[in-house]
Amino acid sequence: MEHRSLIHGVMGEFETPEQILAAAKAARAAGYKHIEAYTPIPVEGLSEEIGFRWTAVPLITLIGGLGGGLTGFGLQYWCAAITYPMNIAGRPLNSWPAFIPVTFELTVLGASIFAVVGMLALNRLPQPYHPVFNVERFSRASTDRFFLCIEARDPQFNPAESARFLQSLNAQHVSEVKDEE
Amino acid sequence: MSVTQPPVNAPELRHLDPILEPGHTYASVTDKIASVVLTRPLGLGWLAGFTLAFSIVMVLFGSIAWLVVKGVGIWGINIPIGWGFAIVNFVWWIGIGHAGTLISAILYLLNQKWRTSINRFAEAMTLFAVACAGLFPLIHTGRPWMAYYMFPYPSTMGIWPQFRSPLIWDVFAVSTYGTVSLLFWFVGLLPDLATLRDRAKTKWQQVIFGLLSMGWRGTARHWHRYQSAYLLLAGLATPLVLSVHTVVSFDFSVAIVPGWHTTIFPPYFVAGAIYSGFAMVLTLAIPLRKAYGLEDFITMRHLDNMAKVMLATGLIVAYGYFIEFFMAFYSGNKFDVFLAEQRLHGPYSHFYYALILCNILTPQLLWIEKVRRNVVALFIMSLVINTGMWLERFVIVVISLTRDFMPSAWGRYSPTFWDYSTFIGTLGLFVMLIFLFVRGLPAIAISEMRELVEHEGHKREHE
Repeated sequence: MEHRSLIHGVMGEFETPEQILAAAKAARAAGYKHIEAYTPIPVEGLSEEIGFRWTAVPLITLIGGLGGGLTGFGLQYWCAAITYPMNIAGRPLNSWPAFIPVTFELTVLGASIFAVVGMLALNRLPQPYHPVFNVERFSRASTDRFFLCIEARDPQFNPAESARFLQSLNAQHVSEVKDEE
Repeated sequence: MSVTQPPVNAPELRHLDPILEPGHTYASVTDKIASVVLTRPLGLGWLAGFTLAFSIVMVLFGSIAWLVVKGVGIWGINIPIGWGFAIVNFVWWIGIGHAGTLISAILYLLNQKWRTSINRFAEAMTLFAVACAGLFPLIHTGRPWMAYYMFPYPSTMGIWPQFRSPLIWDVFAVSTYGTVSLLFWFVGLLPDLATLRDRAKTKWQQVIFGLLSMGWRGTARHWHRYQSAYLLLAGLATPLVLSVHTVVSFDFSVAIVPGWHTTIFPPYFVAGAIYSGFAMVLTLAIPLRKAYGLEDFITMRHLDNMAKVMLATGLIVAYGYFIEFFMAFYSGNKFDVFLAEQRLHGPYSHFYYALILCNILTPQLLWIEKVRRNVVALFIMSLVINTGMWLERFVIVVISLTRDFMPSAWGRYSPTFWDYSTFIGTLGLFVMLIFLFVRGLPAIAISEMRELVEHEGHKREHE
């Protein structure tokens, strides 16, 4: 198979959270739709600036919690009242107060597993390869540099134009992100 | 700043002890913490400590092997004392784990910035303590290979667990606790694993951290979902940690045995768990910050705060001991009164007095600021409290079981060599895992420290 280099986008490097926040805002204002910011720390408000507002993680967690709780109670009810009933001095088989601890634990377990797996799945992780890793300086994105990437799929994208635009935002290094396919 | 400088010792200056020494940048905190994992050579101290811990783990394995061969008769347990060391150690270990979750979840929800530099290894401590704890009920069954009987599964015999029993609640509580602690820990580690991947010096490090970090890139979208999940996990872990030791206390308080059947047990078990857990965090933090020069990150402020938490939870525990006595006499139940007298004058009374000395009297020294700021004194204090909390469980388990209702059913308990070797073996396992952890993974949450740099930097600009 032939290797051709595609362009994933252009990427500018910034030094502080304030700079990248301003840059993201400027890029949005300039009409770019497909932009992504890479930061070593979570920057408050940055995801809103790049056009990401709503995450399904809490909803997924709620579903996991409800599922876990219902499973927990259902399991105990089925064991104690249906499949393996034990008559102990005529006490009710559905002794629900005694089932609360396990119901609670399985609620927490279900919610936690769904929260973590949901977060990873929505983030498309694990994903060993991504074009941004081709940029040499990108290794600092997990230490002390903030990167803004204008992606090639943006209708307004133009390698030279967009690079110039990032430079005009005082980006320190502007590099092309190559994608191999 | 005001015009007149307050004297150096003024309280308003003293409590301004930083949670991060000034002058740190994103890169400097990252370098310092990552270098312990990536570049620092193995020192003689680490090798010696690891070797010692590893040989103690061999003692544990030997003890368990002998147990499997001979059965639980090699321990000092017999009727009426069927629980003995196994359950004492189980409750002690699981309690120690609780401080890790308290620090990582509850202090996170309360927005306590000082938790940042201690949460990672406190969570690791939780995992390792839960592992040690889980071992005891497992081997206490005598046939650990049949432990799966405790889980509900469709067996050909058509039998199911008794869900009205606290012992089954315990199975669910402890296994959920272990799983959620692991998830919480891993989610916290994810950005740090990516940092290590990006700074890895050798192929091996690149492969291992590359696999573990799952391709984390730290995009704004990643962080958004990540923070959402982390906050939810903290919210879930908070009631969970309170429920776990409550369920452990139900193992006792749901029974009718004198000294166990009291409503004070759940809250005072939870307080005791946090008490011993913070003591263990101090036991680990003090040598760790010294050995790897992390005094800038784990400052006197952290030690001071932890000492205060110990003082507060210790007082709750003291209140619990008082209420146990009060309720025994107030209820007028002759078995409860008799048990209270047995604690003071019975054959195991010296354990009770040692417990009061370790858990109530000695920690009162923490009221004194000089003690809270003396690293050596704090270290000794943490060991004393850990001993005291172990004695507490010994007193609860053994005194009640040896002298319950009918004198004809009384007995005595003395642990054997194998009881001690198994207990000491789990201490070795715990220490060995901690040794592996501090060199294999970042012992301080790097990404959260960078956030702290950002936060503290802003604070200083405003001053």
